[in-house]
Amino acid sequence: MAGLIVLAAIAGYLILAYNSLVSLRNQVDNAWRQIEVQLKRRHDLIPNLVEAVKGYMQFERDTLTQVVEARNRTVSAPNQASRMAAENEITAGMGRLLAVMENYPQLKADENVVKLQEELTTTENQIAFTRQAYNDVVLALNTKVETFPTNIIANNFGFKAADYFKAAPGDEALPKVDLSLGAPAPKA
Amino acid sequence: MTAQSTDFRALERKNRADTARLVAVFIVLFTALGLGFDFVLGNVRLLDSGGFGGFPFLTIAALIIATIQSIASYYGGASLVLLSTHAQALTPDTPKHQMVLDVVREMALAARMPVPTAYIIADPSPNAFATGRDPAHSVVCVTQGLVDDMDREEMQGVLGHEMAHVRDYDIRTMTMIAVLVGGVALLSDFFFRYSLYGGFGAARRRGGDRDSGEAGIIIAIAVFILAALAPIFAQLLAMAVSREREYLADAASVEFTRNPRALLRALEHIAQVETPLANASRGIAHLFIVNPLQGAGDDEEGFFNNLLSTHPPLSRRIARLRALAGEAAPAPQTPVAGA
Repeated sequence: MAGLIVLAAIAGYLILAYNSLVSLRNQVDNAWRQIEVQLKRRHDLIPNLVEAVKGYMQFERDTLTQVVEARNRTVSAPNQASRMAAENEITAGMGRLLAVMENYPQLKADENVVKLQEELTTTENQIAFTRQAYNDVVLALNTKVETFPTNIIANNFGFKAADYFKAAPGDEALPKVDLSLGAPAPKA
Repeated sequence: MTAQSTDFRALERKNRADTARLVAVFIVLFTALGLGFDFVLGNVRLLDSGGFGGFPFLTIAALIIATIQSIASYYGGASLVLLSTHAQALTPDTPKHQMVLDVVREMALAARMPVPTAYIIADPSPNAFATGRDPAHSVVCVTQGLVDDMDREEMQGVLGHEMAHVRDYDIRTMTMIAVLVGGVALLSDFFFRYSLYGGFGAARRRGGDRDSGEAGIIIAIAVFILAALAPIFAQLLAMAVSREREYLADAASVEFTRNPRALLRALEHIAQVETPLANASRGIAHLFIVNPLQGAGDDEEGFFNNLLSTHPPLSRRIARLRALAGEAAPAPQTPVAGA
């Protein structure tokens, strides 16, 4: 009788632990999809940005070009790692552009540019917050996958530790760019 | 954030249990008041044989009303709160309003919660609250004063705090308290008025013989005391639960923004403003991020202030946030707070 109770308790624990692993893995997947949504939105906004500031910021052309090229590279990226490297490059460029836009009174006077600026700012923030939320659930999943006793279940049922979405690793050397600003960016 | 996420699951469970308890206490209290009325009015009286006579139709009515009100406040509580504060749906009609809508979305993403519906109160006093029965049916509401006074970073801090109330199911408990406590207050007001205009006379006239008349008076007095104390107890309950929640929501706001300065700056900013909110009543004060009844400026500490206020002193909340800001450097992935 006692043995039966112990067995039932162990079975109950296994079920709960397994389900919590499944739940965390789904949360990681879902958090990743959230990031993809935001990245897509940013891609769609970049042509608008290029259009809006074309006449104004002559000296920010380099950054703008770099952003557009990084965007193109995300589409043709051979793997996830290089794609995310390109996305991080866009993040860096966007941060710089948004900061510089503050210094242009003509831009601040243009209602459409102000609207676009808010859209870009919130998109950047949403990317940052979804990445933060994603990394939090990855941490929760990885802790379960790696710690005893859930690691036994994880190993037996093929739960793997997920990769963190790392921010840009330091300031990498910017790629050389040519100024082909007018070229329309291909649709993502 | 493993520890954090288990913490908030525990908070959610506690809030669900608290709400159930609140509803149970409310229904019992309401029914007891109805029973008191029955005695006072002579609908029910003690018989010489030791039993009861008459039919307690007010007791039954009170039970039915309390049950209906509980159900109604669960589903309609948020609408009632919004109605009583004259809140309007927030639309992106100005750049600043668009910014608030965007920040609501940002904080919802940071909290991994559905995006709440945003409302605005046309009032110059800077304040905000969240309501609703669960995260999928949640509402955050800001005042025009808050919109005018806060920059983006501060707004993230404030809405992060509100998002914490949403995630932890505080919104359900606090909204139910608002609506149900309001109901108790209403009933006891009515009871007082009725008693003053001859309720006891009626009891004495219809009270049968002398013994049951005395019993009726004793019960009436007991009910009278209960009616007087009920709203006070209910209010104390609301306050006790609310103050701890504010500290927890402040901490969670920092968890979402990864930037203790955000809420810290917002609260310091609000602390300088002393105008109370026009459409906030005692029944909903505990929903707001800072006490809407007194100007945030008067902020004394002391036993009675501590016992009777719905919010911890703003100065103490600011001190806690400052400690957080001092110890924990902002995470490297702090989002841009410009514009």
